[in-house]
Parts: sequence; structure tokens; C-alpha cells
Amino acid sequence: MGQYRHSVTLDREKCKGCTNCIKRCPTEAIRFSDGKARIIDERCIDCGECIRVCPYHAKVAVTDPLSAINNFKYKIALPAPALYGQFENIGNPGKIVAGLKMLGFDDVYEVARAADYVSAFIKGEMGNLRGNKPLISSACPAIERLVQVRFPELIKNIIPIASPMEIAAQIAKRNFCEQKGVEQKDVGVFFITPCAAKMTAVKNPIGMVESFVDGCISIMEIYGALGNEIKKVTSAGGLQMATAQGIGWANSGGEGRSLKQKNFLAVDGIHNVIQVLEQIENGKLQDLDFLEGLACVGGCVGGPLVFENAFVAQNRVRKLLSKAKGTPLSDEDVERQKSSTVWKFQTEITPNPVMKLAEDISEAIRRMEEMNNICEDLPGMDCGSCGSPSCRTLAEDIVRGHATEMDCIFKLKEKVKNLAQEMIELAEKIPMGKDALGKKELSAENQKLLREAGE
Amino acid sequence: MANDGATMYKKYSIEPANFLLAGEAAEQIKKILKQLGIDNALVRKVAIASYEAEMNLVIHSCGGRLILKVSPDEIAIIAEDDGPGIKDIELAMKEGYSTAPDTAREMGFGAGMGLSNMKRCCDRFFIQSEEGRGTRVEMSFVL
Repeated sequence: MGQYRHSVTLDREKCKGCTNCIKRCPTEAIRFSDGKARIIDERCIDCGECIRVCPYHAKVAVTDPLSAINNFKYKIALPAPALYGQFENIGNPGKIVAGLKMLGFDDVYEVARAADYVSAFIKGEMGNLRGNKPLISSACPAIERLVQVRFPELIKNIIPIASPMEIAAQIAKRNFCEQKGVEQKDVGVFFITPCAAKMTAVKNPIGMVESFVDGCISIMEIYGALGNEIKKVTSAGGLQMATAQGIGWANSGGEGRSLKQKNFLAVDGIHNVIQVLEQIENGKLQDLDFLEGLACVGGCVGGPLVFENAFVAQNRVRKLLSKAKGTPLSDEDVERQKSSTVWKFQTEITPNPVMKLAEDISEAIRRMEEMNNICEDLPGMDCGSCGSPSCRTLAEDIVRGHATEMDCIFKLKEKVKNLAQEMIELAEKIPMGKDALGKKELSAENQKLLREAGE
Repeated sequence: MANDGATMYKKYSIEPANFLLAGEAAEQIKKILKQLGIDNALVRKVAIASYEAEMNLVIHSCGGRLILKVSPDEIAIIAEDDGPGIKDIELAMKEGYSTAPDTAREMGFGAGMGLSNMKRCCDRFFIQSEEGRGTRVEMSFVL
């Protein structure tokens, strides 16, 4: 698989060792280590929940700085549709695209336009994919990874078509090189991202051998500078090409609506998606054609790296839809793109069974029994003080050799109490008078403490 | 403790007519099997069979138990109850035949496919019942 990298990381200085992120992580990927949070690499899906919930802003997503574009002779920006919701009182989306170019890019290609293509590709493949209902969108990398880790049986349902980001990167680079007569290696394409999962998807792609994107710059980072440029924009220019349907992908439900499926669900928020995936796994929701699963509440506008509140942004995107300049794609155009773009997954998505107790079934059974026994002995408060999200997870960690029973503060208290009781009983048996062994009596304070501990 | 080192045993009490909790035990069983690393297709079959067994206990019995036993070569699901028993087992196994009460049918249950689904999912199916005493269903799945 290659070097596994995550964009979600911990700033140890800011971490206070509270339990908020530990309890919230949907794959139970966080534990304590030396009083600080620690992310278990294999389990992390970069959904960004911990970024959202950390009260001390100790969880961050590492993205490329804007200066990274200078590594290339020519630079193209690929704005995520979520960008359109970040600014107030923008008459039409073209201004945002024009402003983005003024930040130092040679060209801008809207990922929303690539979304128009992806909608066409998916609609074209629906006939072939019918057997794997409900189809699951491949747009949100966090959901793809969630399926790999927790719902491997549903991997076959994921639509094996590349995400708009990857399509945009290819089209943008190819168009620019053809027009300007330059070489592809001199051109850098950068995704302007609302989320951490897309950054990871560039470094460690799903379904692709290598990402076609050269880097990811967070919306948060360029928000201020972009806002200033937008104010200076007088004419929108001809850069804005996406249709309302493509831009609509920014909001939850946008992709589903663009596909015009009769029975589709748009579920946003990772814990909600988990609930729905469990239902699908149980064979419920038989009528469902398509599931748009998004890790962030509100859709991509709710990503951890955006500036604006998700719902405010959703509304702004909605209002901008009527101003979108894009024209619907012709069938010839779609077919042309298919032949010159990598639009299908190049590799199969593999399961990532980190939840498995052991490779060998006998060992797994033995560990499961041990886990059950340990779990019965734990208080069942799921307080998180031990550093594991729940008592059951602590039992699992103990069985895997990563923790001990004494990590549980309540078990420790119980042990201290028992020890104190034993000491009292022992003290009562040993004569403590000065004459006996030349030793002094216990101080009154210590006697009291010992008695209290034993109660 | 009913295990000899490489057998796992778990018993769930199933409350009759409790539709709120119905399906919970089957869900737990599915989670356990996933964590044991059992093949997905097999987990699906066991999950369907346990769900149907649990629903039968909820809809038709006076209360019973759903039992999971896992050993390296086989998974066993046992559903046993204390009544009322099945009058005609052959009839009960027929697809489409159901004795589910109206309360259950109103909620969408009672299609009459439970027992036949269970038999189809497992590798070995055993059912035994006595009116007034209770019913016992044993299903085994080869690993």
C-alpha cells in the first residue's frame, strides 16, 4: 500500500488530555499516551470529527501552504464547490473564480464543472451497476475509508468512478497544456479544499494508483486573501463554467439530485451515515438506488477547513445556483472526456479489517472470550479516563496487549481499597508497641487514613 | 464457564412482544462475528438467520433465549423458548404460512418466510417442538 499518511494530526502542546475526541471518533482510533491524545494510524479515516470537537484546537489538518504553488512554473486552482458558500453578498459565482485566479494562479478550473462530468459518467454506468444497489457515492473519501474499516461488505456498492477532484485535475492540466503549449510536468494543479480527507486522498488515493492532484490548500488559509481579491473584481470573466447542478454538490443532496435517481438518500454527518450503512448491511432499505454519504453535517460546506458556518454557506450556495453560467454537457463532450481521462477506478478498494481481533480464528475466539470476561469486571461507565473510548474498548486493548486493567481508575481504586484493608488486618495482627520490635506506633493521622481507605 | 479455550458462548434473553428491542441480539451477534474476522458473506447469512430466529421468539413465543456458539470450524445459533410450541412443524416451514398476530402484521412482520429463510441460510437445520412445552431450533454454519 505504501506509506500511510494522515492529514489529521495532533498539536501536542495544545492537547490537554481531555476525553472529547476519544469519545467522538467513529472508528475508535484515539487513545491516551502520556496524558496526550494519540491517533492510531490504521484506524483513522480522516473524517475530521476530532478537529471539530476539540475544545483546545489541538487537532489540526496538515495541508499544503499557498506558497507550495511556487514549486511549479504554471499553477492551476481547482476550487471545491464548497468555496462558493464562503463569501457574503456575492452577486454571481464568477467573481469568486476570478478572485481566486488573482491569488497567483495561471488558471482556474472548477471542480463543480468536473462534477457535471461525473454526474454524466455515473448516469451512463447505472445500467451496469444495478446489481450493487444501493450504490454508494465515491465523492467523500472519509466515507470510503469508513466502509473499508467498518463495512467491508459494502465495498462492492461504492461507485467505481473517480471523484470530481481527480477528473478536474486531469481536464484542467490537459486543457491548459494544449492551449499554452507547455509540458504537463511544469503544471501544478491544487485543490482548494474544505476537508482533511481530500488531502489524505491526494497523498494516499483510493481507487487510483496515484492522484492527479499536486497539492491541497485549505479554504481557511486563503479565505482572507481571497476575500480581498474578490472585492477588487470588476468583471467575472469567462472562467465560471459549472452548471447549477455541479455547484449544488457543495450541499448535502447535491450529488443525488444531479443524478435524478428516484430513490436516493442524502445522509450527512458521519454518525448518521454509520446508522444508515448499518441498516443497508442488515438488508433493510431494499428500495434504495443511491446513497450520498457525507462525513460532514451540511455536506462539503460543513468541512473542518471551511471558514463559514455550514448552514449559512448552504443557503448562500442555494442562492448562487440561479446565477451559474454553465451549460449542460453534450453527449459528445462527455464521450470525448471519457476517452481522454481516467474516469474509472484503476484499482479495487480493499477492506481494512483493523477491527479484527486476530488473524487466526481460534486465537480470535480465545481473545473474544477473554475480552468478555474482562469487560464484565469493568464498571461499564465508559468514562474515558483510562484513555479508551469505552469499557469494552479497554477490554479489547487489554487483550491486544496495549493496556492493563489498572488503567481503569475504578479498578485501581478498588485495588487500593483492598490493599488498605489488608494492611489494617495485618497491622492488627502485628504488635506495634515500642517494646516488641523497637518500632514506633503509626501516627494518629496515618492510622485514620488507613482506616478510611479500608472503608 | 462453557468454553474449552477455543469456543465462544453468548446467550441473549429475548423478551416476547418487545418490538423496540427486537433485532438487538442479532445485531450484537453480527458485531461479534465481524470482530472475529469471519468472512463477510458468512456473517451476512448468520445475521439473517439470527434475526429471523429472534423475531420468531419476539412474535410467537412467551419468551426465550438466543444462543451463539463459535468454534474454529463452526458457528451455531440456537433459539429456544418455553412456549407455546408449534402445532404443525411442516406447515410452519411452508413459505407464506404465518400464525403471526395482528399486532405483528401491522408492523410489517408475519410474511411467513422466517423458518424457510433460516433453513436456507444455514448448513444444518434442526427444529423440535411440543405444544405447551416449547420450541428449539438449532442452526449450524460451517466455517
